[in-house]
Amino acid sequence: MDSRRSDFLDGVKAELPILLGVSPFGLIYGVVALGAGIPATLAFAMSSVVFAGSAQLIGAQMLGAGAPGIVIVLTTCIVNLRHILYGASIAPHLAHLGRRWKCLLAYLLTDEAYAVSITRFTQRPASSSGPLHKEWFFLGAGLAQWTAWQASTAVGILLGTQVPPGWGLDFTVALTFIALVVPALTALPSVAAALSAGALALLAAGLPYKLGLIVAAICGTVVGLLVETRRSTAGHRR
Amino acid sequence: MSAAAFRLVLIILGMGVVTYAIRLSLILLWGRVSVPHLVQQALRFVPPAVLSAMIVPDLLQPGGTLQLSLGNPRLLAGVLAAAVAWRTRSVLLTIATGMLALWILQAVLPQ
Repeated sequence: MDSRRSDFLDGVKAELPILLGVSPFGLIYGVVALGAGIPATLAFAMSSVVFAGSAQLIGAQMLGAGAPGIVIVLTTCIVNLRHILYGASIAPHLAHLGRRWKCLLAYLLTDEAYAVSITRFTQRPASSSGPLHKEWFFLGAGLAQWTAWQASTAVGILLGTQVPPGWGLDFTVALTFIALVVPALTALPSVAAALSAGALALLAAGLPYKLGLIVAAICGTVVGLLVETRRSTAGHRR
Repeated sequence: MSAAAFRLVLIILGMGVVTYAIRLSLILLWGRVSVPHLVQQALRFVPPAVLSAMIVPDLLQPGGTLQLSLGNPRLLAGVLAAAVAWRTRSVLLTIATGMLALWILQAVLPQ
């Protein structure tokens, strides 16, 4: 078999277990977006135009709450800022590629495709032979993720109108975020960032235009940074 | 197209453009710019900060008013889900436990 093709298929296979977690997320987005009053076609279009789960969920909620467009776009920026880190970390592996490849792979740079690809790029399994076509592996992982996201979103939109509000399905958004953030709270600086941002989000809930989230996220980030620098300077003194 | 639909299209396009620009920036500029160490350090705290800022009001201010009591089913279900997330690291189990707890608590607790 052509080694590019097998690298592509390896990428798809590596992504498959993650799709179990992605699909309910897409489904929830579809239901929430319809509940927020977004027309089905636009809710579905958002999944390929934006293609970022957390940002789509929070965007849909803000649209439902009547937040101004500029604040929604700014919030999307903040929610997706972490992708700068992914870009910085994966860029050296893609440096040899042409501009077209880079533009295509950047579109597919989600949390999941990044996690699978960077793991494969940095830890070679013993069974592999010959050089890896990193771009084809990434493309396989990214396209698997993309397909699952579009399909689960579509199912969510189809089901959306039939879910009664009494089920409280909007709560799944908070639960999804809990599942993402809690396992990552392993060190004091990130715990401090999370707690201070959460507390500020409550205090700032009264701010106009739904600006509270942006304020809380920025303050939490600064608190995390301060706690970390304090700890490292204290460590140096010892 | 109605004005409301046009506004929606513009917002979605705006969200898409900023997301793509963020993803593409460093892949394209690699080797030409370097990210200052302080910024790299700060970026690691953005996910926990953003996610918590979205979670906490959902748990403590359902419907817009602060409810710091045991009669708040979302708070209890959320805490239980957080414990499951910590132990299992499973998105699916966290959501399932949290929703089940919410439904049971809504049925049992006095409204």
